[in-house]
Amino acid sequence: MTVIITDTGFGPDTWTLGYEGDTALDLPSDTDPVQLSERLAAQVQMIRIAFPSFADGRGFTIARHLRLSGYKGHLRATGHLIADQYAMARRSGFDDVEISDELAARQPENQWLARANWQQNDYQARMRGGSPAAA
Amino acid sequence: MYKYNDFDTAFLAERNAQFRAQVERRIDGSLTEDEFKPLRLMNGLYLQLHAYMLRVAIPYGSLNSAQMNTLALLAEKWDKGYGHFTTRQNIQYNWPKLSDVPDMLDALAEVGMHAIQTSGNTIRNVTADHFAGAAADEIEDPRPIAELIRQWSTDHPEFQFMGRKFKIAVGGAAKDRAVLKAHDLAVRVVQNDAGETGYQILIGGGLGRTPMIGKVINDFVPRADLLPYIEAVVSVWNQIGRRDNKYKARIKITVHEHGIDHIRARVDARFALIRPTFLGADQELFSEIKVHFSPPKFRTGSTTPYDTAYKTDPVFRAWADTNLADHRVSDHAIVTISIKKHGATPGDASAEQMRVMATLAADYGYDELRISHEQNVILPHVHKSDLPAIHAKLKQHGLGTANIGLISDIIACPGMDYCALATARSIPVAEQIATRFDDLKLEHDIGHLQIKISGCINACGHHHVGHIGILGLDRAGVENYQITLGGDATWSAAVGERAGPGFAYDEIVPAVERIVDAYLSVRDTAEETFLETYRRVGMSPFKAALYPEAIKKVA
Amino acid sequence: MARAFTPKVITANHLIEGDVIYLTAADTWSRDLAEAELITDEAHAQLRLLDAQSQPATVVGAYLADATSGANGPEPTHFREEFRRTGPSNYAHGKQEVLANV
Ligand code: HEM
Ligand code: SF4
Repeated sequence: MTVIITDTGFGPDTWTLGYEGDTALDLPSDTDPVQLSERLAAQVQMIRIAFPSFADGRGFTIARHLRLSGYKGHLRATGHLIADQYAMARRSGFDDVEISDELAARQPENQWLARANWQQNDYQARMRGGSPAAA
Repeated sequence: MYKYNDFDTAFLAERNAQFRAQVERRIDGSLTEDEFKPLRLMNGLYLQLHAYMLRVAIPYGSLNSAQMNTLALLAEKWDKGYGHFTTRQNIQYNWPKLSDVPDMLDALAEVGMHAIQTSGNTIRNVTADHFAGAAADEIEDPRPIAELIRQWSTDHPEFQFMGRKFKIAVGGAAKDRAVLKAHDLAVRVVQNDAGETGYQILIGGGLGRTPMIGKVINDFVPRADLLPYIEAVVSVWNQIGRRDNKYKARIKITVHEHGIDHIRARVDARFALIRPTFLGADQELFSEIKVHFSPPKFRTGSTTPYDTAYKTDPVFRAWADTNLADHRVSDHAIVTISIKKHGATPGDASAEQMRVMATLAADYGYDELRISHEQNVILPHVHKSDLPAIHAKLKQHGLGTANIGLISDIIACPGMDYCALATARSIPVAEQIATRFDDLKLEHDIGHLQIKISGCINACGHHHVGHIGILGLDRAGVENYQITLGGDATWSAAVGERAGPGFAYDEIVPAVERIVDAYLSVRDTAEETFLETYRRVGMSPFKAALYPEAIKKVA
Repeated sequence: MARAFTPKVITANHLIEGDVIYLTAADTWSRDLAEAELITDEAHAQLRLLDAQSQPATVVGAYLADATSGANGPEPTHFREEFRRTGPSNYAHGKQEVLANV
């Protein structure tokens, strides 16, 4: 099982439609977002991007690119992310993060909540003017 | 000099609190070593052969006396009384304990300094021309733009877990003193035909296993487009750069494999998406930053004390001839303080020496200091009349060596004496070469000659771009040194050519001596530098000097 | 042909201090190479390495380093390990400093 993490902490998965149909996309980290635009049909409501390792930061760029290209649906980071990356995920345009129960046991809720303040101390927001980079 | 505002201060306090918690979480098991390692690296903390090593950023090489004094404090309180200035305008402490590092970072924060992004697969500390703001040949001070890039790259959410490191350098003068062409991305302040100031962008330079010279990706990026343009480059590379092999992960390989035109097209497309997210706040910030770097009110006065000392004191004259550079104000000079005393570790300064330099900056230098990529310290603005007093003080503290640009002004990486990745030592080789040529009393006659030494293929000592490059290798469990000739770290950048088989540890100094002897005998005039001679005559006279047996065999 | 197994010691850096340590036969960590367990059997070496790696709260980066038997215990065979057990050659810091103060 997995845990979904948002700014309010750990919670259950509320996405019930799975990733098989045409309302959701499940993307590996080597996806080229440039070639994704045609798959971004209007009915896509959920895109989940894999982090096979916390060291593979390509997902942040993919998320950002999707947002910049106008994707307004849900964006989820899934896999091996560490609590320290929560702010990066949110600032790059993800709505939430999905991790395994096992990782959630090792890095409990309070370690993730410590980064719920991701909108503060953000050089990027300050550089651009207005709201955070991905908004 | 840039002064932190409330935002910077709050950011740094939060960041340091995060790191303190990360250390605790590593100790309590919440973070594995694999997870902790990139986090400590992005805060400048390595684990080396004998101990941890903390690398503190000196952004674009600029600091004031209070900051230098804090560097001295760190050396004394948490280290062994010295620090090592590096080719990337950082300072390294070789002996901190993990549990002390959060306190060291807090002490740095008090003077607006940090160790953020001095390591790890992120955008690294931005470097710049060490004569910035002082050089006579400058178009524009590159530091405001470097500071803007520092802020933009700090904690950039997209770029903290990239395939590899990403190094940016900025230059704003006719001469390149920042090794621009050996960087992942270089920004060069230029003017277009309409007289507007903008930036030429080069990408894909880098040393290491596959040395490459940077290529121009854009000849003129207007001011307001700079950050989105750099962001587009890094974003494209983060996405398509290779992750299967860390030796092929740098952007130089991406550029090589895809071609600069393909990369340019992708960058342009990404730029079109990113540009609208910059609503102009960066340009307002830039205007504020620029004010911090306004030149000091240069004092005027007679230069007689300087002229007299120059005429009457040969030691002062020798120092003035090598260690001073032209300042844009004619009665001022740029002083390079040599951290290359013959026989000492290149780039190492004791806490006491740091304090002496800080005091000199406060008393005579408008409170400004710089660190050069050549591992020396600079007083960028000094009225000439103060030079004799400064020189006298420097001499008392082992800082008066007159050797800037000469054969003993060697760049050397830490090598096997400290570095976990090393294949051979570099420091003792540098020490012995400097001592040898000092004994021969030849170095002023030899003139401008740069030796650069790395202790492994990673090339932290820039050996590829040394006039004489030395690379230390491990050949079947024994140190062995390979020589390259003809490298060039300036705008006419070139990667040196391998001279032939390597030399054992006790053969390398005599080998360098043979190269120098060959140069002295084939140069046209005393004015023809080593590099000019090499370019004229090529490798063969040097090869003959290095490998006399080979010649005999053929004969 | 598989290469013959050469004797090894297990070494690492201490998590907090960062300095070089060696695994002893008594399952403790020593700062002195001479006190390390010299392992001559390959299977035993792998087991001992797993032991060492299962102590992340004490050590970082445990690995097997070649060593040979000397008059006072294990000695390094490669210059890298010689530096690790001594300290840098430009200053008398590291282990050589500690030894000088004994
Ligand atoms: C002592 C610990 C150090 C370690 C572990 C280390 C590690 C590395 C590695 C792995 C690379 C190659 C990166 C690549 O090719 O992708 C590299 C390159 C480099 N490092 Fe270091 N380094 C150390 C110290 C230094 C020092 C002291 C300096 C400055 C004197 C320095 C400056 C550089 C430079 C200039 C490069 C080459 C530029 C380039 O890669 O394009 N490093 N370093
Ligand atoms: S060149 Fe090699 S030996 Fe020298 S500091 Fe870099 S990684 Fe270490």
